[in-house]
Amino acid sequence: MSSYTAQELMVAAAAREIADGELVFVGMRLPVLAYGVARSTHAPNARALFELGLLRDSPAEAFLGTMGDPPNVVRALWSTRMSNVMSLLAQGLADLGFIGGAEVDRCGNLNTSYIGDRAQPQVKLPGSGGGADIAILSRRWVTLMSHERRRLVERVSYVTSPGHGDGTPGWRRRHGLLGGGPAAIVTTLAVMRFPPEGGEAMLASVHPGHTVEEVKAETAWDLRVSETCGETEPPSALELEQIRRLDPEGFWTGARE
Amino acid sequence: MREAVARFVADGAAVAMGTCLEPAIPFAAGHELIRQGRRDLTLVGPISDALFDQLIGAGCVGRVVAAWVGNVSEGLGHCYRRAAERGVPRSLEIRDHSNFSISLALWAAAWNAPFMPTRTLLGSDIPSGNPDLVPEDGWVRVQPVKPDVTILHVQRADAAGRAHAWGPMGISEEAGLAAERVILCCEELVPSEVTLSDPNRVLLPETKVVAVVHEPGGTHPAPLQGFWKRDHAAHREYASRSRTAEGFAGWLREWVLEMPDRKAYLQRVDPTLRISRHLFSAPVDYGDE
Repeated sequence: MSSYTAQELMVAAAAREIADGELVFVGMRLPVLAYGVARSTHAPNARALFELGLLRDSPAEAFLGTMGDPPNVVRALWSTRMSNVMSLLAQGLADLGFIGGAEVDRCGNLNTSYIGDRAQPQVKLPGSGGGADIAILSRRWVTLMSHERRRLVERVSYVTSPGHGDGTPGWRRRHGLLGGGPAAIVTTLAVMRFPPEGGEAMLASVHPGHTVEEVKAETAWDLRVSETCGETEPPSALELEQIRRLDPEGFWTGARE
Repeated sequence: MREAVARFVADGAAVAMGTCLEPAIPFAAGHELIRQGRRDLTLVGPISDALFDQLIGAGCVGRVVAAWVGNVSEGLGHCYRRAAERGVPRSLEIRDHSNFSISLALWAAAWNAPFMPTRTLLGSDIPSGNPDLVPEDGWVRVQPVKPDVTILHVQRADAAGRAHAWGPMGISEEAGLAAERVILCCEELVPSEVTLSDPNRVLLPETKVVAVVHEPGGTHPAPLQGFWKRDHAAHREYASRSRTAEGFAGWLREWVLEMPDRKAYLQRVDPTLRISRHLFSAPVDYGDE
């Protein structure tokens, strides 16, 4: 069990962001696996919300291509309409949310809408989905993305999902945003963390096999390195076993050796 | 289906579809809109998996009022990209929403409210490009969005338009209540004894429903609880073929334009996608005396 993919490490790192007993706004893709890993390891009392209208405790028993696949409904704690799920989010009752990003900046703002000019974009991305809602209303959130210089930028050209705004302390509170904002960015190379009062992301740990220099080179802003920065803990045998149970063919977590 | 679409969806109509997000998407209805050559539609929805991308690629759409357009398991919507970036096959007006705000916009229309106030979208650039979202001091004003027609696919319905649906509902209720009229597609057409035995499960008032279409398999490649699994391979194939305009044209010919109807389409669908492990809920007692 010594070898694992970058995505498997990301899932394990994301799972560790979930504390036991938390209500997690899960979303799609890797966070679905992260939730399943957390539930089966250190967070047996966590619950998961899915914006299309589901509340679960145990993860689905079969592979999920989307949160709406039939196995995700079997033994759900609640199957309902989206606005009911959003009412929990709006009251600040979701402890943690996950949001995928195409582009993130120094202060954790996410762009999943337009690369380049809005009127004639260079790339039209799919849009917010529930991302903006999670970013604004959940108590804290984590984003997962591929670590590339073109994706980790100084300032996103379009803010779909606001993080810590311009990075000045208290930006979110001043602008009326309910939740605490981004807590961490988990990438294919590293984990970055934000100070609790807002501000900019600091390098917190580098994944095994990578270096601080490599991470800095793949980050378009001058990334500050936390004094406590170390190596990301690799996925445990138990974490890998859970990931491979939930994604047996590596659809989300990539080709394995 | 042919008749329902011909009678109740005009060129230029605002059409809500894919209201459960990933499951129960009325792909068959969308494909019929393409075959009948509808133009200048306004599409209203949250995340409707790849259906909106297909309608955009086929040139049916003039405006998108949605939270997300792409391919949920594969990523970007290539037809959406071509339209937004290069005006191919035509340019689009995009009114971005979040999932929460499109739900609120439909509830506003359903309740005939002048607007809905919300704390979501504060600090986001989404309102800057959408005249229906107006930032105020510490809240955002969401203007109503009223579809001309909402198209839903449910597990079963009777001929009078009473739908039984289960699984997560997304924004189906507000989309149905807000709409001028509703087209119901159903997996099973059942006698009214079945629907009326469980009125709590009836999705919408029958007075909104103008057509009931018995269209088994009408959600493929989207799943439907109790009936169909999601066809991940079909989504992957669509993503790969729609990468170029030529590839999309070939896909469209094969799966939509040269397909006379859903019955013929289903002949080509992997039969193992039909759900065979059935899990029935306990019946409820509506006893009265």
